[in-house]
Amino acid sequence: MNDCIYLDNNATTKIDEDVLAVMLPYLTTYYGNPSSMHTFGGQIGRAVRSARGKVAELLNAEESEIIFTSCGTEGDNAAILAALKAQPNKKHIVTTEVEHPAILNLCRKLEKEGYTVTYLSVNNQGQIDFDELEASMTGSTAVVSVMYANNETGVIFPIERIGQIAKEYGALFHVDAVQAVGKIPLDMKNSAIDMLTLSGHKIHAPKGIGALYVRKGVRFRPLLIGGHQERGRRGGTENVVGIVGLGKAAELAQQHLGNIQEEKRLRDKLEQSILATIPNTVINGDYINRLPNTTNIGFKYIEGEAILLSLDKYGICASSGSACSSGSLEPSHVLRALGLPYSVLHGSIRFSLSRFTTEAEIDRVLEILPSIIDRLRELSPFNSDDADWLKEQEQALLAK
Amino acid sequence: MWDYTDQVMEHFYNPRNQGKITDKEAGEEIVTGQVGSIACGDALKLHLKIDEATQTIKDARFQTFGCASAIASSSALTELLKGKKVNDALLITNKEIAQSLGGLPEEKMHCSVMGQEALEAAIYKYKGITIEEHEEDEGKLICRCFGTTDSKIRRIIRENNLTTAEQVTNYVKAGGGCSSCLPDIDDLLLELATEKETLAMATEIGRDDDLSPQSPTATQATKPLTNLQKITLIQRVIEDEIKPILAEDGGDMELFDLEGDVVKVILKGACQGCASSLATLKMAIEATLRDRVLGSLIVEAV
Repeated sequence: MNDCIYLDNNATTKIDEDVLAVMLPYLTTYYGNPSSMHTFGGQIGRAVRSARGKVAELLNAEESEIIFTSCGTEGDNAAILAALKAQPNKKHIVTTEVEHPAILNLCRKLEKEGYTVTYLSVNNQGQIDFDELEASMTGSTAVVSVMYANNETGVIFPIERIGQIAKEYGALFHVDAVQAVGKIPLDMKNSAIDMLTLSGHKIHAPKGIGALYVRKGVRFRPLLIGGHQERGRRGGTENVVGIVGLGKAAELAQQHLGNIQEEKRLRDKLEQSILATIPNTVINGDYINRLPNTTNIGFKYIEGEAILLSLDKYGICASSGSACSSGSLEPSHVLRALGLPYSVLHGSIRFSLSRFTTEAEIDRVLEILPSIIDRLRELSPFNSDDADWLKEQEQALLAK
Repeated sequence: MWDYTDQVMEHFYNPRNQGKITDKEAGEEIVTGQVGSIACGDALKLHLKIDEATQTIKDARFQTFGCASAIASSSALTELLKGKKVNDALLITNKEIAQSLGGLPEEKMHCSVMGQEALEAAIYKYKGITIEEHEEDEGKLICRCFGTTDSKIRRIIRENNLTTAEQVTNYVKAGGGCSSCLPDIDDLLLELATEKETLAMATEIGRDDDLSPQSPTATQATKPLTNLQKITLIQRVIEDEIKPILAEDGGDMELFDLEGDVVKVILKGACQGCASSLATLKMAIEATLRDRVLGSLIVEAV
């Protein structure tokens, strides 16, 4: 299992060895409570402050603007609910169709509680329409919440322009930056963002730790009510081990940003070679404006889970937005929102790289993948040399 | 990751009998049954070569668009089919396909259902029944996302003893999209559960009065059946005893209504417009219903 070629880094990342090294003493020697008044606890408190500083530095924010959370979902939930509690007279939320379930499912729940939600559509490149955004805004809009970059396609939203529109209408602006942090530079001091979510396990820290940036001056009501931890903005004894790990991971992510072009080069090599050697493949989403580590490729006429399991046989880990791999029976809501034809939709595979991805691994994938695609296409009734049935079906769907 | 059996993975990595059948000799016929769609994410073309003299399936091949369990189910089905008589093949159920793979995750049972449907489509075609005449295309549309009708959902609930809407979703996908039809599926489950209870009650009464559906002396009962009990028993005898016999010759039927002792039925498939449909009506359907339910029943086609 250790020999696997891991190209599923948008799902989770491996813990950096340097991150693990700084965490271990806080599982054994330094087990004190950072809230304690004694010296033993005090040194733990200093470690938490140091980690907070490193996370703030990665975002170019103030230490006091960082709240540690348990994960991205908690950050997203806390931000939206805080925005609504702070503006009880405003009952409208604006978001997009391609958000993470942490936003979408919360919004659906809020709709049942009397809020109205606008889900902005995206075009076939995964981008929102500014006219639609402006038309949706009202004086009752409490918060605009959009992701910085999409987890499946890597498409980056024009965050600053969206933020300007939110501000024009007096709405708070929340950004789910779980996929963007560590992959593109972020600068909260020169931004319209009021709140921003990040998650540790996407940047080589452990699972179970995240952070929420809350701009100074934004009225924030806590999601978890408890003690005075996190300046009263999140109750509960701090996950010190996770926080220390996140601090180190943030520091390393900052350093890695200077070398992100190498990750992009490997991604481009993988993508270009696949397009050149395997016919009937397409890139899903915005080809230019996207994360440097992500590619989402549609392999026409075959189904994603079958591709994933075939790759898995060779120890290659990737991800699919197909229905069969998810258990929901519906293909990815993100890929559907792009309006992809069904012949592409079901056979789309996401490869997401990290700073640990090597050229040799990419070469190995390129060596194996064509034969996998060939084999599955030979099995398929929609094979390009037997496409009558597919044509009939696609024409029927168009006619509906 | 799905918990697939070793048999599923073996069939997925090394599928048997993939591809089309192109060559045939005199006295052989090649037919194809195709089900599913690119929109649903599952599709299967099942090709059969049939020896017309012996009515035996000499070769079976498949082309599948779908996940590992869809490919494995198709592969396993072709193995089950080779050498079988056409009418015996028609009796293969989705459960048998799944069992031959050591089982499928419940969420993937629809893959085995797809295999059974492709088989049925191929054999119906061989027998000259067009797929458009299949009863399940004529039912009321319940799931718009996956185009599933009430008759198909009813059949799957009955055949697999399903009790929850989630199970129905696992077997036929219905309800797995926008979920708006889940209340309708709940209603169908309730209806069939009530039907089952009524049947049990009727059987119990029948036992007291020597009136079980299997009893040839049902007509001698002294306690009359209620209309609901009568309909339930008729429906059950049609499903369990009459339809399988008709299907052997590509025929089909369904209960339309009951007025007193007059059972109104719709003849379908090969029975529809068949020269000997009157004989079928009286000898196969009416005689069986009189024998199993009530001696005074009269069957009419509408």
